[in-house]
Amino acid sequence: MVAWIDFVAVLLVLANLWLLGTSRLAVCIKAVAVQAVLLAVIGVLMNAGALGVRIVLVLAISTLVKAWLLPWLLRRAAREASVQREVEPLVGFTWSMMIGAALLGVCFVIARPLHLPRQVQAGILIPVAMFTIVTGLFMIVSRKNAITQVLGYLSMENGIYAFGAAFALREPLLVEMGVLLDVFVGVFVMGIAIYHISREFDHIDTDRLSVLRD
Amino acid sequence: MTVYAAIHVTLALTLAPLLLGLINRIKAVFAGRHGPPLLQPYYDLIKLLGKGGVYSRTTTWVFRAGPLVTLAGLLVAIVLVPLGGIEALVAFPGDLLLFAYILGLGRFFTVLAALDTGSAFEGMGASREVQFSALAEPAMLLGLGALAVLARSTSLTELYGRVQVSAIAGPAGPAMILVATALFIVLLTENARIPIDDPNTHLELTMIHEVMVLDHGGVDLAFIQYGSSLKMWVLATLVTGLIVPVRTGRPGWDLAVGIVGQFVVAALVGVVESAMARLRLVRVPQLLTAASILAVVALILVVR
Repeated sequence: MVAWIDFVAVLLVLANLWLLGTSRLAVCIKAVAVQAVLLAVIGVLMNAGALGVRIVLVLAISTLVKAWLLPWLLRRAAREASVQREVEPLVGFTWSMMIGAALLGVCFVIARPLHLPRQVQAGILIPVAMFTIVTGLFMIVSRKNAITQVLGYLSMENGIYAFGAAFALREPLLVEMGVLLDVFVGVFVMGIAIYHISREFDHIDTDRLSVLRD
Repeated sequence: MTVYAAIHVTLALTLAPLLLGLINRIKAVFAGRHGPPLLQPYYDLIKLLGKGGVYSRTTTWVFRAGPLVTLAGLLVAIVLVPLGGIEALVAFPGDLLLFAYILGLGRFFTVLAALDTGSAFEGMGASREVQFSALAEPAMLLGLGALAVLARSTSLTELYGRVQVSAIAGPAGPAMILVATALFIVLLTENARIPIDDPNTHLELTMIHEVMVLDHGGVDLAFIQYGSSLKMWVLATLVTGLIVPVRTGRPGWDLAVGIVGQFVVAALVGVVESAMARLRLVRVPQLLTAASILAVVALILVVR
């Protein structure tokens, strides 16, 4: 079972690098959706022994929201703002991938001395979850486009989710639903904000928004 | 076992042009054509070997040495590579570095010969060839490095001797699949195949490898074409050893499986060539960087 989880975790790493290496927004959105689907697979594999109705329900709802609803919202926001690609990132796409590979190495180094509370049978999931979080952070600081920054935020959320999955914790239903609602509302609000920004200023370049004066 | 290694080398020397014939046939089938006969590369070689050489007065001995050194380098490379479970004819610790740089030496002389002609197009092709192979080299070395860490050895024979069906299914499996992908991209690059380069193109502006050998003819061209089929064979063994991880323990069977694997890899190249368009030149470095990154991820996975 650990081998299978490791295999999906490697796919998650590749999805992260894909997210870092592409300039087209539609592809970035797809990469984040793929992350969410892979997380659902990890969730199923983690709980393969005791797959109850509650777990299936939580996984199904969170996958539906993160792999279908939020990408749909973001695609719509991108269409309204009529942007197709990240034009001028602060760090180029080839460099982003190389930095991503370096960050992956750092995550493995950091994860090694971590004292896990109990015998967690997670294989490489912990460093990969950290890498997903760091990928999201890197997206937020290195991209200027508001939509790619939201995608970075979603990637961070996916990483935190993977971190939780690694411990196979039985979180109360209320907590999981609360987190999901937070993310949903967050992205929803950001989507509306992006729409209004693009209508007011004809662009969604956050770099230029920071020099606004009232 | 050495007997089987010798048989592998003999088979490689005789069957290598057939790989190119198979690739051309598959491309023809995909395009709905009948295509040239499978043995066409052999006919071409025989025809070229019967011709004399024509040398420009502006060229020096470097131009004549180019094809010879390249072919000699590949002949050395072919005794260094193992075919799946069949050990290499010559194996010693660290031979993977010799392997990588003997290919580099051949490429260096091809480039020198191209520059020696003084043709602007050949210089352009040489510049591109050097740029792309400089990017492909880390992918190959890092990928082989990941396998070396797994096998705790730097000898190609031991690297590939440890690959097993059980290892692919085990914890090292994802790393091996990543390395196989990276090595396959290296294979496409080094052999000037689509999506990196088009071996059939006749537009100098877009050619990479073919443009460098435009001024060679006769026996020299035969050496170059035979060398390129050997290069195909050598790099395909690196991929075959990983994607056909069958080690029966009986050398005869291993050899047969390995040879079939070589043709499977060639068929795969043919399918990729038929299904993909050529990348724009500015996109090629991105693809090669991605290959290197796959190799780095594999390395991180096995080192952790």
